[in-house]
Amino acid sequence: MSDRRNLFNKIWDLHEVGTLPSGQTQLLIGQHLIHEVTSPQAFAILRERGLNVMFSERTLATVDHIVPTINQTRPFADDLAEEMMTVIERNCHEFGVMLLDLDDDRQGIVHVIGPELGVTQPGITLVCGDSHTSTHGAFGCIALGIGTSQIADVLATQTLALNRPKVRRIEVTGQLQLGVFAKDAILHIIRTLGIRSGVGYAYEYAGSVFDDMSMEGRMTVCNMSIEGGARCGYVNPDQTTINDLRGRPRAPQGEVFDRATEWWLSLASGPDAEFDDHVVIDGTEIEPTVTWGINPGQSVAVNERIPAISSFPQDEQSGVYEALTFMDLTEDQPIRGLEIDVAFIGSCTNSRISDLRQAADIVKGNKVADQVRALVVPGSQQVQCQAEQEGLDRTFTEAGFEWRSAGCSMCLAMNPDKLVGREICASSSNRNFKGRQGSPTGRTLLMSPAMAAAAAVNGCVTDVREMLKSGPVL
Amino acid sequence: MRAIEQVAGTGVPLLLDDIDTDRIIPARYLRCVTFDGLGEHAFEDDRRQDPDHPFDDPRFQGSSILLVGRNFGCGSSREHAPQSLIRWGIKAIVGESFAEIFFGNCTSLGVPAVCANRSALEMLSDAVQENPKQEMIVDLVANQVQFSDESISCEIPKSARSVLLSGQWDFLSQLLQAEDQIRETAAQLPYLTNFA
Repeated sequence: MSDRRNLFNKIWDLHEVGTLPSGQTQLLIGQHLIHEVTSPQAFAILRERGLNVMFSERTLATVDHIVPTINQTRPFADDLAEEMMTVIERNCHEFGVMLLDLDDDRQGIVHVIGPELGVTQPGITLVCGDSHTSTHGAFGCIALGIGTSQIADVLATQTLALNRPKVRRIEVTGQLQLGVFAKDAILHIIRTLGIRSGVGYAYEYAGSVFDDMSMEGRMTVCNMSIEGGARCGYVNPDQTTINDLRGRPRAPQGEVFDRATEWWLSLASGPDAEFDDHVVIDGTEIEPTVTWGINPGQSVAVNERIPAISSFPQDEQSGVYEALTFMDLTEDQPIRGLEIDVAFIGSCTNSRISDLRQAADIVKGNKVADQVRALVVPGSQQVQCQAEQEGLDRTFTEAGFEWRSAGCSMCLAMNPDKLVGREICASSSNRNFKGRQGSPTGRTLLMSPAMAAAAAVNGCVTDVREMLKSGPVL
Repeated sequence: MRAIEQVAGTGVPLLLDDIDTDRIIPARYLRCVTFDGLGEHAFEDDRRQDPDHPFDDPRFQGSSILLVGRNFGCGSSREHAPQSLIRWGIKAIVGESFAEIFFGNCTSLGVPAVCANRSALEMLSDAVQENPKQEMIVDLVANQVQFSDESISCEIPKSARSVLLSGQWDFLSQLLQAEDQIRETAAQLPYLTNFA
């Protein structure tokens, strides 16, 4: 009989250690990633209780959130940031965890380097103290964000206490139009399904749009699962996945790779796999999408107007009013043409080489508008190096962008990269929450890297399709 | 760990939807290596922009039960969020719904986050506004929030209720007991055994 389990449930079943008295599953975690912000207190718990890291080779550490992207000389100017660096270095040394520190050319945003190194693989369970861990699901694994107490659980036991979520298959049919990117697809999905509907679910992204999508595009989509409420999102492994993994330093090599491939592909949800819910979205209708509000579900297509408050259900209207007031926008206002002060291209959502190529393709031969401050922050040192080899850094700097070193940067502004006052930012990041980009009153418009580049050049929100020079940039 | 059957205290009403963890504790306060001192920064940016924010309202100082709307704690997984609320004085949260990672963090820290329907929450919030000294009890045994002569029903997922009531919300000690099974499970995973 065929296995009607979906990929999520196949992987979950393999990793079940047992059932806890509460009814929760004790789930084995195959790969743990840590960074400097959410791990210090977890190591403190281990010390307090006299515990060791059970499988130290299954945890990999890097630094990304607080690292400056201009001057990375130690000690950092920010004493608090410096202390966090010192603490993760000491913790990793003491507990035998491999740390990819700033002086290691494999350092970068944790959700960029996992896939880059081949640490992220189909069929594994992967966790990290960061909600965007869902990114790794692009490879067909169970990847979820956890809190600091749970980091301690994983360090000490390589397991977590979890309830099995339901699985919703989100099928996006057809093809994306030229100038419509993975970012637009996920913003459209979140706008359609809402920011709460994913709670209690893992999302399976399926259908021709994802079949045709590159691994980096799939990462962008899975990355923002959490913005739709789903702690975990994934795409089934296919030949695109296998091609991406081949030759990565931490992926299996040679004959082992072939055995691995067979297993990886066997995990994919079959044509008769069962799901708790199934939605279908027409991919041909997706337009370049921009947020106008204070959560990632509050978005419109670039040529739409901001919706009327009265078009929302009664119990949503006060939230919409709050969003418009904070953003200083009005109902029925076109989003296109809205002036921006800052453009940020980066973050675990959109800082990979294809993102930078797509943005550079728009920027090439243009200049950043006079009033706009624009920066590009590659997701990892390897992305930075690759981009520099391709000359993308010069494309950006000649246009007036700042070209920075790898890190999370202005996505959450824990480092010196921040909005100032009421600045409004065209951003390729993942959250437009109030104050997210470092100024408590600063404003964020989420969009694809190509759209952010177009906004930087024109000084306002622009339909990137008007600026496309060539065919699709992959 | 201590069994948590009831949490008693006064309430602080914040019936807004989709309050994300960046608002609960802005990222600049995550530049720390302990959770000490986070309490004073809970909702800092919201409080600066709203002089009437309940966390600054003298009537609600000393409250331990937070009343919230839908999808409270969405966004970042930062445990700093519940840690800052705990340090401000919160011991239980009653809301319409919670984001998943935030809810798990609360449970791991022994903070019951229970769900009630909107009309019940509004009634509770009105009662607190009218009489901020009104004591209320979040009762996990009875699945109720009791106040004055009234009570509303509330819900919490079975597994969270079970660990709070039995005092087993410290998951680490439970997980550690299965070391042999952990090693057995690991030994059967293709990717930990060279895909043999």
